[in-house]
Amino acid sequence: MSIFSERSLWGRLDDVQHDAGYDEDHPPRMGFFTDTSVCIGCKACEVACKEWNDVPDDGYLLTGMSYDNTQALGASTWRHVAFVEKSGAGAAPAVDLGMPSFDLPGAHPHGEDQATESGDGALRWLMSSDVCKHCTHAGCLDVCPTGALFRTEFGTVVVQPDVCNGCGYCVSACPYGVIDLRKDDGRAFKCTLCYDRLKEGQTPACAQACPTESIQFGELSELRERADRRLEELHEKGVDVARLYGRDPEDGVGGDGAFFLLLDEPEVYGLPPDPVVPTRDIGSVWKHVGIAAATLFGVGVASFVGRRK
Amino acid sequence: MAEAHPVGFQWVMEAKRRGATIIHVDPRFTRTSAVSDVHVPIRAGSDIAWLGALVNYVLSNDLDFREYVVAYTNAANIIEGRFQDTEDLDGLFSGFDPETGHYDPTSWAYQPDSAQQVEDDAERDRAYGDTPGSQESHQSARSESHGSGGAPVRWKGRRDETLQDPSCVFQILKRHFARYTPEMVQEVCGIGPEQFQRVAEALTRNSGRDRTTAFCYAVGWTHHSTGAQMIRTASILQLLLGNIGRPGGGIMALRGHASIQGSTDIPTLFNILPGYLPMPTASQHQSLDEWVRDDEGKAGFWGNVRSYAVSLLKSYWGDAATPENDFCFDYLPRITGDHSTYTTVKSMIEGSCKGYFVVGENPTVGSSNGKMQRLGLANLDWLVVRDLQMIETATFWKDSPEIETGELVTEEIGTEVFFLPAATHVEKSGSFTQTQRMLQWRDKAVDPPGDARSELQFYYDLGQRIRRKLAGSTDEMDRPLLDLAWDYPTDDEGDPEGEAVLKEINGTGPDGAALASYTELKDDGSTACGCWIYCGVYADEVNLARRRKPHWDQDWVASEWGWVWPANRRQLYNRASAAPDGSPWSERKAYIQWDADADDGKGKWVGPDVPDFIADRAPDYVPPEGAKGPDAIGGQDPFIMQTDGKGWLFAPLGVADGPMPAHYEPPESPVRNPLYGQQNNPSRRKVDHPANPINPSFSEIFPYVFTTYRLTEHHTAGGMSRTLPYLTELQPEPFCEVSPRLAAERGLTHGDWVTIVTARAAIEAKVLVTDRMRSLRLGDRFVEQVGLPYHWGGNGLTTGDSPNDLVNLTLDPNVYIQDKVGTCDIRPGRRPRGPELTAYVEAYRRRAGVDMAHPEDGGADG
Repeated sequence: MSIFSERSLWGRLDDVQHDAGYDEDHPPRMGFFTDTSVCIGCKACEVACKEWNDVPDDGYLLTGMSYDNTQALGASTWRHVAFVEKSGAGAAPAVDLGMPSFDLPGAHPHGEDQATESGDGALRWLMSSDVCKHCTHAGCLDVCPTGALFRTEFGTVVVQPDVCNGCGYCVSACPYGVIDLRKDDGRAFKCTLCYDRLKEGQTPACAQACPTESIQFGELSELRERADRRLEELHEKGVDVARLYGRDPEDGVGGDGAFFLLLDEPEVYGLPPDPVVPTRDIGSVWKHVGIAAATLFGVGVASFVGRRK
Repeated sequence: MAEAHPVGFQWVMEAKRRGATIIHVDPRFTRTSAVSDVHVPIRAGSDIAWLGALVNYVLSNDLDFREYVVAYTNAANIIEGRFQDTEDLDGLFSGFDPETGHYDPTSWAYQPDSAQQVEDDAERDRAYGDTPGSQESHQSARSESHGSGGAPVRWKGRRDETLQDPSCVFQILKRHFARYTPEMVQEVCGIGPEQFQRVAEALTRNSGRDRTTAFCYAVGWTHHSTGAQMIRTASILQLLLGNIGRPGGGIMALRGHASIQGSTDIPTLFNILPGYLPMPTASQHQSLDEWVRDDEGKAGFWGNVRSYAVSLLKSYWGDAATPENDFCFDYLPRITGDHSTYTTVKSMIEGSCKGYFVVGENPTVGSSNGKMQRLGLANLDWLVVRDLQMIETATFWKDSPEIETGELVTEEIGTEVFFLPAATHVEKSGSFTQTQRMLQWRDKAVDPPGDARSELQFYYDLGQRIRRKLAGSTDEMDRPLLDLAWDYPTDDEGDPEGEAVLKEINGTGPDGAALASYTELKDDGSTACGCWIYCGVYADEVNLARRRKPHWDQDWVASEWGWVWPANRRQLYNRASAAPDGSPWSERKAYIQWDADADDGKGKWVGPDVPDFIADRAPDYVPPEGAKGPDAIGGQDPFIMQTDGKGWLFAPLGVADGPMPAHYEPPESPVRNPLYGQQNNPSRRKVDHPANPINPSFSEIFPYVFTTYRLTEHHTAGGMSRTLPYLTELQPEPFCEVSPRLAAERGLTHGDWVTIVTARAAIEAKVLVTDRMRSLRLGDRFVEQVGLPYHWGGNGLTTGDSPNDLVNLTLDPNVYIQDKVGTCDIRPGRRPRGPELTAYVEAYRRRAGVDMAHPEDGGADG
């Protein structure tokens, strides 16, 4: 196996652990399926994650972003529950949202619409527990120069704090903006999918704490089937806006180990619509570099040859 | 429910997954609304109008479950001819005394079956030296003692099962609720007719033989001056729809803490003893006989009250309790009136209450009118606070808002404060009783740190120390303490064994062995039982509350998880799950049914749950004349704790503020009651104190409605959450929520500071401007509501003003709970500091014309 192999950096990859060098009898790939249609925004996942992993608090700031005061995933927030308030016409199923779009507070100062239509379903409050995607092609891992990031036998991606030197390459390599450096510490941190618990055959803390089974943990292949069934069920009930995100093994990161059922465009939840691992082009870059080098060499040789004349 | 009970809400989500329709009625759009099929925004405090209109919809469209209603409720009962409804008296029922604010309920009574019955009853009264009908069960302090059943009626009464008699409950109900129309709902609640129709249809479509509907409620119903009646309205609706005693039906009270149900069963309340036995009163109960006779011998299991009472006294005083000394009945304290929490606070301010224990509560933040709480604490001789954290109630003397304003001065406060660290729930073993009446045992996981102790250990140790001090005393007054049967085994740290206490609660027979059922309790002193309704939890010396058999290893009723009172019945009154003849109402809703062939043809009730009925009582059993207690329960009387065996659509007794619910406005309201001339609950209990002035209703100075509520991220008064970083960061600052329309009207900017003012106080918070708070259209006007999460106070990692300082004290007359709805003003910017704050609030009072000579009135209807 070579890091120059296109196969491990891009495209469909059905056995990510084997690709990373594990024997073929490695355990099945484990992951999360987060079904946001049953999320009640209790944030038990955020708290359970911090309790188990001893992650420090992320500061006390009332953001005004609905009930979301931890704002985004980061070095000290490994599970993050987004709250999106959508009202008025914007609450209807989105059609072509290019950008996150919800009304600014105060957009209906006269109250006529919502007052006359009170309880008309014209208001939606979307909640979604975000987490590291544990990508099939993990940009963070591929660029890590120290080997602090590694692929576990469960197919998840974990940082080893005692190896990390805080270079920060992984931060810019993550297409989701998940991994981050902890300011007062300097090193990179993110969700480990509770690697220590997995090794003991236990469920990750967030999934264990989730009261509504919005966060489901299990074998990725099984979770994908479950998600497909759930999507079908919702579509049958007329919830046309339901869609899976990160489920597709053919997408820009080769599919996510932690994927989602969303009730709106990914952008509405602050997720990139079409994430691509930045290392996708490394293979071709190296080819082009090689060709360029050979060409330069050839030109150089030719010029010397020419001088002889 | 998702907001305040996220763990329990998983079952609502499970129901939704299986096709249930979830309807959420709440002033604010919450996390529950977000996943519900329908959210109905409602004006806070208008729930009786809303539910009453649903009752009217059912009655006027003949959508009631008629067979159930006729057989199992008191719809057919004929009411006394003297009864007058709110229809006749513009918002009052007959029997109201404007001087005292009390109702005399004698005109609400059932008509007797026969003249003989009246004569027998009068005879009984004469034997006791009473004037007929003088029993005081209706008195407010006793309403709560009916937590295990209704007030005792004197006779089952005459019935017209055609429901045509104009004096029958069904017809009275129909007339009473006729004015609760969808149009009225629009005008009172701000809910449009289309939305009303949608909910009414969903509700009725999902009720009947094949389907049942459940109601869940929390303090959105209870914390009102009409709170008990809000729940009564839901009960009437559920009885009419046949949703009580049947699987998937019922009314679930979501309790505020892990064991609030437990703390009413084994009460921390002034007016009841364990198992809802009424606390004896000084004026009426001079002997055991006098104490139990109101209830004794009445139909149903409550008729065995003497056995429960004697067994309780035996559990308290053991061998000292003998038939000769009335089983130490005289050792029991007597109440002389209302000693509820807010009355006690007033007594503290007035100086008659000198000492106070505060355990696991933070009243200066969590109780209404925080200023009165603090003024009371500042006037005590001593205060004991037991808590996990140094809460505001323990530090009021140095940092309360009144210190800042100069209304209290630390050096002048004489209260001696003892702060004692308490063990958390994982640091002690014990049981929680939740809303389904289920006891669940938890084992101790770790030792408490430092000096922290369990409550059990604290009180046991305190009691033993006092007893040691009193040892040898010959003073009669000390006998109740010295004779207490307190001999619990303790662990190495001196902590009494919780299971020994549970066994005492369960009850023991003459041989000291645990009893299996409350039917084994005797009135001769041969049994002891700490709480008769819990009898059986320790049957065969096994702690059944500790059972943890997973639901996948047993049937769907899961009877082997924990233990449910009474007798491990998962569904109360489940006789009603079968038709009068004992067969299931439908295949789909089959639960308990009569098997005539069982027991060699004698027949018995069978099903997946423990039948809440006498096991072998045939459906066609008619009690003989003069039958008493359980013998008087007819085969078609499912409500076995009621003395007439029926579900009460109309309460002939026992509810302080009327036999049927009527909508009254909260004590402070911008709205004139469109239903009656009577603006407020006429029986509401007013708390007369200068620190409790009521905003005049319809005041332009206080034009907005406010209500308090919880957030998922914090726990009640915050002692267990504002002190923890992981919870603090999730909701790091106090805030209020308003609609965009209100924000525009008052110039409030999202995320900025605002000041909220009532006649009691002014507080500041950040403001979230959100469409989740709706502007409600009531007829031709809008009503705006300010939502206030109440978790904050002066201590902890996140601090701020306490919204409960804004809330007035006007109490429900049945249970003495405050009304958490009031009126306010809201302005941009922070509040004034120090003495300027007092002046600011005073200026508001002046401008609003608050009558400080009668601060408790609010000036609406006197």
